[in-house]
Amino acid sequence: MNAHSKDTAKDFLIDEVLRDYSNNSKDHDILEQISVLKHEKIARPLIFVGCGTCGLGAGAGSTLEMVNTYLQTKEIAADVIETGCIGLCAVEPIMDICLPGYNRISFQNVTGDKVNELMDKVFQLELPEAEMILGQIEVPDAKEWQGAAFLNEHPFFKPQKRIVLKNCGIIDPVDIREYIARGGYKSFIKAINVHSPFEVCDIIEKSGLRGRGGGGFPTGRKWKFANSEVSDQKYLICNADEGDPGAFMDRAVIEGDPHRLIEGMAIGAYAIGASIAYIYIRAEYPLAIQRLEIALKQAKEYGLLGENIFETGVNLQIKIKKGAGAFVCGEETALMHSIEGKRGMPRPRPPFPTTSGLFGKPTVINNVETYGNVPSIIEHGPDWFASTGTANSKGTKVFALSGKIALTGLVEIPMGTTVRQILFDIAGGIMNKKKFKAVQIGGPSGGCITEQNLDIQVDYESLIGVGAMMGSGGLVVMDEDTCMVDVAKFFMGFIQRESCGKCIPCREGTKRLLEILESITSKPKSSDTEALDRFKGVMQIEKLSQVIKDTSLCGLGQTAPNPVLSTLKWFKDEYEAHVFDRKCLSGVCQNLKEYKIEVDKCTGCTVCTKKCPVNAIVGSRKTPHFIVEDKCIGCGACYEACKFDAIRII
Amino acid sequence: MKTSIQEILNTYPEGRSENLIPILQDVQDVEGFLSEPSVVQVGKHLRMPVSKIYGVATFYNQFRFKPLGKYHIQVCRGTACHVLGSATVLDEIEKYVGVKSGNTSRDGVFSIEVVACIGACGLAPVVAINGNFHAKLTGESIKEILEQYRNKE
Repeated sequence: MNAHSKDTAKDFLIDEVLRDYSNNSKDHDILEQISVLKHEKIARPLIFVGCGTCGLGAGAGSTLEMVNTYLQTKEIAADVIETGCIGLCAVEPIMDICLPGYNRISFQNVTGDKVNELMDKVFQLELPEAEMILGQIEVPDAKEWQGAAFLNEHPFFKPQKRIVLKNCGIIDPVDIREYIARGGYKSFIKAINVHSPFEVCDIIEKSGLRGRGGGGFPTGRKWKFANSEVSDQKYLICNADEGDPGAFMDRAVIEGDPHRLIEGMAIGAYAIGASIAYIYIRAEYPLAIQRLEIALKQAKEYGLLGENIFETGVNLQIKIKKGAGAFVCGEETALMHSIEGKRGMPRPRPPFPTTSGLFGKPTVINNVETYGNVPSIIEHGPDWFASTGTANSKGTKVFALSGKIALTGLVEIPMGTTVRQILFDIAGGIMNKKKFKAVQIGGPSGGCITEQNLDIQVDYESLIGVGAMMGSGGLVVMDEDTCMVDVAKFFMGFIQRESCGKCIPCREGTKRLLEILESITSKPKSSDTEALDRFKGVMQIEKLSQVIKDTSLCGLGQTAPNPVLSTLKWFKDEYEAHVFDRKCLSGVCQNLKEYKIEVDKCTGCTVCTKKCPVNAIVGSRKTPHFIVEDKCIGCGACYEACKFDAIRII
Repeated sequence: MKTSIQEILNTYPEGRSENLIPILQDVQDVEGFLSEPSVVQVGKHLRMPVSKIYGVATFYNQFRFKPLGKYHIQVCRGTACHVLGSATVLDEIEKYVGVKSGNTSRDGVFSIEVVACIGACGLAPVVAINGNFHAKLTGESIKEILEQYRNKE
C-alpha cells in the first residue's frame, strides 16, 4: 500500500490509527507506514524552513525561494516543508535538512545568501562552520552527524518541557496526516468513545489545569459549570485575541500546530455539550488565520468535525471570527459582544458566561494555550500532568521573551522554574552584557519583577505575591538604559487608548494618570501654577490608582494602574529623580534632557541653528553658539546634526 | 475583477446583525476603507440604522474611514518594540512621510498606522509595509527602506 497517496493515507489514518485509539498497534507494517507519515522514514531529502511570522520577518521568504531554486538548478529531488516557529526567534531564519538515513539537522541564521553554500556542503555530508549549526534532532534508526550537538541539549531547549509547543517548528502545520501520525486526534476520538462528557470535565479538573490567559481559573471546574446547565444550545469559544503587547505564544501555536488547538477545542466542546464553537482571533495575525482555515478544512475532510463524528452522534462545527483590533475584546464578556456584532464592551458579572454567555446561552471561553494542554492530559492522564509544577499551579507555561534579552523567543517551562533560570540560564541573559533592571510580566495588566525577586518560582500565587501576575505570559526584559517612569507612561498611554469608555473610573482615571506621568516626564514650564499642579498630581497618583482599581467594571480597568503601582513600589527613586531633580537617570525621557554647547569645540558652522525646530540656538558664523534654555524642547536635533561633538547632554 | 459590495452582502443572510463585523471587514478588504455609500448599503442589508453601524465601526481600531496610501505602513508600538526604540522609528517615519500617524500623505503614496502589537516581538522594533515585515529597525535603517519604496514610484 502506498501511504503517500492522499486517499489511501486518509483511510489508513482513520481506520488503523484513529479507530485504534486504545491499543497502540505493534504491527510492523502499520508502524512502518506511520513513520513514513511522520517523516522519519524518507526516500529523498527533506528540507524544513521555519516560516512563522517571526521567521518570515527575518527573511525566511528569500531562504525558501533560494532553496527551491537550488533544488531546481541542481535537479535534486527533495521535499520542502514550511514549518511554524520552533521558538528561538533570535536566530531566525532557521532551516533544517534531513537526508535519508541521517538525523535531521537544524541550522540558524540561514538568510537567502547562505543557502547555496550550506546545501552544497550538507549534500556532500559535510558540516558548515559551527556558528551556523543549531543542533541535530534524533530520527530513529538514523546515523548521527559527527561534530554537531543535539538540539535537546542546547541550553535554550534543555530546561524546557514542551507540551503545548511539542510539535511547533517540527511538523508541517498544514498536514493533518503528520499530526495524526504523531498521535494527534487520538485523545479526541478516545474521549468521545470512552468517556462521558462529565468524566472529561473531571479528568481536566483532577489534572489541576488552570486558565492560561491570565485569570488562572480552574478549567475543569469551569467546564463542569457549563456541563451542568440545561440548554438547547451551548457554545465554546477560543480566545485567540492576543492583544497583550509582548505576548505571541498563541500566534506561534496556531501557526506551528493548528490541529492541536482544534483537537483541544473539540474535546472541550464535547465535555460541555456545545455543538458550535468559535475561534476569536486577531485580524493582525493573517498567517495564523490562513493556517487555521486550512486545518479546519482538513479536519472536516477527515470527519473529525461536522455531523455525527465517527458515528458517535457528536456534532461540532468550528467557526473563525476575526477580531477588529480592540484590546478590551480579550475580556470575555466584551469578546462575546464582539462576536454578536456589537461594540466590544464588557458587562458586569454575574451572570457568568457559563450560565448566560454568547447569545444568552451557556458558554465556555478559554485561551489557546489552555486548549493546547487538553489533548495531552486526555492522552497521558491527569496524574501525569499534575506531576509537573507546584502545589497550586500544575503543568507548564509558555513564556514569550522579548525586549533587551540575548535570546528572544518562546519557551515552555514547568511551573516552579525561577525567573532567574528563565532569563539567565535559558535566554542567555541581558543583551550586550548590560545590567538587568526589571522584567515586566503580564503585559499592561501585570507588574515588574526586580533583581531582588528574581528567585521566585513562577506560579500564579507567587507572582501575585510580588505585585505582578501571570497574565498571558509575556516577559519584556528591561536593562539599565530603560526608564521605568517612561515604561509606566507607555502602558498608561496604551490602556488609555484601549479603554472602551463604558465606566468612568477607567475612562477618565487612566487619562488623568497619563497626564500626571506626562507632566513628570516633560520639561517644567516657567509658570508657577504648573509646578504646583504637577506636585499635586504626584501626591494623588497612588490614591487615584487605588480608586481605578476598586471601582472599574472589568479586568482591564481593575488592573490598569498596576504598571504604575508596581514601578512606583520598586523604583521610587526614579520617580523622585524625575519629580525633584527633573532628571531622567537613564536618559530616555527626551524632554528632560538638557543640551549644552562646548565653547572650545564649536566651530560656528551654523548647522545646528538651521536644524533647531524652535530657533533656540543663537550665535553668528564662526563664533561659538549658545542654546537658549527656556526655548529648548530637548528634541536632540542639534546633537545629531553636530559633526564636531560639541554638544553635550547634561 | 473587483468584487462589488452587493456580492459581499449576498454571501451573508439578510437582517442578521451578528454578521456586521465580518461584513465590514470584507468591505474594507475590497475598498481599502469604509465609504459612506457602502455603510448605507450594509445597513439596508442588515436592517440596521447607519448610526448604529458607525457606532460599532468607530469602536474598533481596524476600521478606517479614509482611503489608504499605496504603501501602508504599520508601526508596531508594543512593549518590546517600545523598549527597543520604536518611538524613534515612528518619529522618523512621520518626518519622512510628512504626516502624523493615522493619515495618508498628500501624494497618496504612504499612509501610517500605529498598531498595538503585531506579535513579532522577537524582531523588535518591527514595521510592516503592505504586510511585509521589516525587523530590528533603527531610525537610520527605516529611512533607507522608505527611500526604496519611494524610488519604486
